[in-house]
Amino acid sequence: MTVIADPSLAADARRERRFFLSLSLPALFIVGLAAILPILWIIRQSFLTTGGEYTVSNYQKVLSSGLTWSALVTTLELSLGTLVACILLGTPLALALASVRPRMANMLMVFVMLPLWTSILVRTYGWLVLLRRDGLINAALTGSGLTAEPLPLVYNFTGTLIGMVHYMLPLFLLPVYAAMRDIDANLIRAAASMGATLRQVVRTVILPLSAGGIFSGSIIVLIYTIGFFITPAVLGGGKVNPLSTRIERTLSTFQDWGSASVLGILLLVVMALIGVMLLAARRLVAMSTVKASHA
Amino acid sequence: MLEAYPQNRLARLLLWSFAALVLAFLMLPTLVVVPISFSASNLLEFPPHAYSLRWYENFFGSPTWMAALRTSLILGTLTVLIAVPFALLACISMNRLGGKTATAIQSVLLTPSITPGILLAIGLFFVLAAQHLVGTLFGVLVGHVVLAIPVACIVLLPALARFDWNQVQAARSLGAGWARAIGGIIVPQLQISLMSATLMTFLTSLDESVISIFIASGRNSTMPKLMFLSLRDQIDPTIAAISTLWTAIVVVVVLIVTLRRKS
Repeated sequence: MTVIADPSLAADARRERRFFLSLSLPALFIVGLAAILPILWIIRQSFLTTGGEYTVSNYQKVLSSGLTWSALVTTLELSLGTLVACILLGTPLALALASVRPRMANMLMVFVMLPLWTSILVRTYGWLVLLRRDGLINAALTGSGLTAEPLPLVYNFTGTLIGMVHYMLPLFLLPVYAAMRDIDANLIRAAASMGATLRQVVRTVILPLSAGGIFSGSIIVLIYTIGFFITPAVLGGGKVNPLSTRIERTLSTFQDWGSASVLGILLLVVMALIGVMLLAARRLVAMSTVKASHA
Repeated sequence: MLEAYPQNRLARLLLWSFAALVLAFLMLPTLVVVPISFSASNLLEFPPHAYSLRWYENFFGSPTWMAALRTSLILGTLTVLIAVPFALLACISMNRLGGKTATAIQSVLLTPSITPGILLAIGLFFVLAAQHLVGTLFGVLVGHVVLAIPVACIVLLPALARFDWNQVQAARSLGAGWARAIGGIIVPQLQISLMSATLMTFLTSLDESVISIFIASGRNSTMPKLMFLSLRDQIDPTIAAISTLWTAIVVVVVLIVTLRRKS
């Protein structure tokens, strides 16, 4: 750090700082206008009647409705279900990818990146084709004699969950894979040389060292799935109604802006609560690893 | 990583069969669409009994779809033209300011990427409704730019961190103005990152559906909005043709990006 003694130089430095600050203004302005202002507007709208007067009746109406609470339960079921499926499917896949040579892994990563970049509508359409009553999967199931009748795989909770897991899996996988790639191979060799079995190595070396990646992946899954709209709207067939589709129906079909805003705020509150719980969870995990290393 | 365990053949075999199944799960919905798009039948049969290009003709011959394609391409281009320069300037600013100021700017700019799309969409709908701008191209564009700025920042910020700022100082001391220094030194050296940012912001706009569903209407409907509506109402193989074309574009982009990383 240099000490600027000359006042004219100090003024120059201040002017330069102001100039650099001004470079952010266009981006900050548009984010303020089109992201922050809209969120604030939802809060304002939640206290307005259709006529534009202040009221708390929107809150009374929404919070006393059973539909709201069942929407909340559906939202949480979808999010947690997606998270569990991503952990069960993604962690072994990440382990497999991390255990091959980087060249091979990069080639296989194309199979992960391609769906990641494919439009959500294309992917949803693909699942419709696969999961319909006369779709490919039911044809395979009944054709092979595994089931006598076609299974109801879409336009319900199952179909929605499949679509959401498919959307989130690549996003969950990336941080987990990165964390596993970063594990020093010598640690595994050391564990092996001291007689640890493969199962022990996975449990006591690989999983703890990739916990950070699994945690980041889980945060991504929860943040994304809480507000998921397209997949439940199409693959749910009107029968699966998390908060997001309730918001859409309240706004588009019932033209009830106030209630839609209250539902939006409920969504924000759920996100905030999950955020707080995740922070607490991270602290607990950090504490228990400290204890484990002292034990 | 697991080479210390050559004797655990069975465990590896199990791990890899499981991984192969999960990769198949990831690829399946994208792949299944391709044969159906070439089907000659109205039904979603798999594999098709006869092949034709009628769904592609249907797509390219439909004024509604063509208008939506045009809207989406215009929106994507405008989004790139606004979001990439704004993001570049903001990243230069964060890079130079450093410390708490940079962190504060960054957390504001990344807000849209962690806010649920449905909230941005209805909030923007309310704001635009107050200005009678719902259904305009402008309204959708603002929404797309705000989603694209974080995407561009995530690409450009690390690239700027590797950039040697002394070159700009040298140019400035030799009398170059800021515009010249940014345009003549920073932009050419960040060329590859700027190209990635361009591709990614374009795809962000092209793929954005929730804001389009709420804000776009009539002639300003985007491709994702029309696709969403037709998926809800009835499914005909025209969507399969569009999906196949779309996926082809994505394959090209993903290959460009991965090949670039190798070289």
